[in-house]
Amino acid sequence: MRTPAVSLSNLTVTYDRHPAVHHVNGQIAEGSLTAIAGPNGAGKSTLLKAIIGELRPAEGRIEHGLRRTEIGYLPQAAEINRRFPISVLDTVLLGTWKNTGAFGGVSGKDRADAMHALQAVGLQGFERRSIGSLSAGQFQRVLFARLLVQDAKVILLDEPFTAIDARTTRDLLEIVRNWHGEGRTVVAVLHDFEQVRQHFPETLLIARELIAWGPTIEVMSVANLSRARAMAERWDENAAVCEDAA
Amino acid sequence: MTAYDIFIAPMMDYGFMRRALVACLCLALGSGPIGVFLMMRRMSLMGDALSHAVLPGAAIGYLVAGSLSLTAMGLGGLIAGLSVAVLAGIVSRFTNLAEDASFASFYLTSLALGVLIVSLRGSNIDLLHVLFGTILAIDEEALIQIGLITSLTLLVIAAIYRPLVAECFDPGFLKAVGGRGPLYHYIFLLMVVLNLVASFQALGTLMAVGLMMLPAATAQLWARTLSTMLLIAFGSALVSGYVGLIASYHLELASGPTIIMTAACLYGCSILVAPSGIMRRFFPLPHLKG
Ligand SMILES: Nc1ncnc2c1ncn2[C@@H]1O[C@H](COP(=O)(O)OP(=O)(O)OP(=O)(O)O)[C@@H](O)[C@H]1O
Ligand SMILES: [Mg+2]
Repeated sequence: MRTPAVSLSNLTVTYDRHPAVHHVNGQIAEGSLTAIAGPNGAGKSTLLKAIIGELRPAEGRIEHGLRRTEIGYLPQAAEINRRFPISVLDTVLLGTWKNTGAFGGVSGKDRADAMHALQAVGLQGFERRSIGSLSAGQFQRVLFARLLVQDAKVILLDEPFTAIDARTTRDLLEIVRNWHGEGRTVVAVLHDFEQVRQHFPETLLIARELIAWGPTIEVMSVANLSRARAMAERWDENAAVCEDAA
Repeated sequence: MTAYDIFIAPMMDYGFMRRALVACLCLALGSGPIGVFLMMRRMSLMGDALSHAVLPGAAIGYLVAGSLSLTAMGLGGLIAGLSVAVLAGIVSRFTNLAEDASFASFYLTSLALGVLIVSLRGSNIDLLHVLFGTILAIDEEALIQIGLITSLTLLVIAAIYRPLVAECFDPGFLKAVGGRGPLYHYIFLLMVVLNLVASFQALGTLMAVGLMMLPAATAQLWARTLSTMLLIAFGSALVSGYVGLIASYHLELASGPTIIMTAACLYGCSILVAPSGIMRRFFPLPHLKG
């Protein structure tokens, strides 16, 4: 048995008492590369938010024993103020928070790390540009550079390649693979099943309830996918109290 | 009349003009940067709300201490402003009312309360002083108080600069790395209220926020980076203070509103000629090769 980086036991997360993630059990193994798949509204983003602690479980538990700064998180719709006058380099340097905290100084090494990360995402020469002047794809590269600098043990990506062109996707996928190679645990929410099959050895298929979790080839079967679709279409405004509720 | 008579002589001849000028310098140093952060956090109206909220506290201080005692009024204003900020925060946390909506209801209540209290005892003249300030009557005690608040503001902003920027720019990230965003939010609100209290005697509760927002808006039209924005906001607040004082002296106008009108003129000119302004629309520069 591999050691789990994050383990979920009987996890239920609700909005206004309606479960968005319902009685999910399982473990994200340390060093694994996992895709989370499922239809719109399946609770994928909710699951990630619960793992980073933004949402509290209504029931069940999440265990990871990590400090906050050891989890890197790329939200689906980041509430980033793109009009804020901050440079690309300063944005990436925020990733050094683990070393600097709120008050510490940025060291020469932090700065070198940030420059290196910008190079890795193909944005050398962009250091002094303001983030407001970047395209959506370029900005996504900046956020990846910040994740690189964060040097987190567990990295959670929520639809990182939506509205990103093929070349940028390829470059960013390369970074994801490198993270995997370095032994980090990477979890990504994806809608492109081809991508999932090609690059992600493991998959968690969810539609509010867990449909399947394991090796990608087994999970992404036609039967599972159609079950997920059917499940997602059920939404009951006047649902009764769940019998499994504690 | 020589340039010396116009620009320098009033300061050389009158102590009250010099004190007013120093007060403007301090207020520009504090309010400029605070205004930039307020604007960046899309909290422009919050500053306005807080400035109204300060009023009943100041009015009570005025009633208790009798004459226009600055310490009592400042203290009262500080307490009132902070209570409104904290109450509004609490209400929005426990109900589904957005923070600005609960701010609006609290500050309207306190404005009404403040005017009521002042009108209970004072004459109309006093009410005007509280609402619109008397910068030419600033004495040494007031000057020291303003200077202390400005120094504190600059030190605190320098200390919490990084989390403040992170909270403005990407609050989700700050939360994800466990960086207590709400704490810095409240420290910042405290600085806003303190600066409102500082500009309170000089400009009055209603005008005080003008010296925050107008220079900040001007700066946003010119600057591309946060540091230049902060500098321009300070500079334009300072110029407004100086030019406003001189103009009010020669034209015999009320000084507080003249200062704010000067800031408004700077803003208006910037709208026309700044790089992102209106003139560029009509006289575009030729585009580049690549
Ligand atoms: N803030 C919220 N308040 C109430 N309900 C919400 C909220 N956020 C999400 N939900 C509901 O929870 C369910 C799961 O949402 P979630 O965002 O996790 O879906 P998702 O799997 O990420 O979907 P997508 O593929 O569209 O991103 C949906 O039914 C959604 O309507
Ligand atoms: Mg989602």
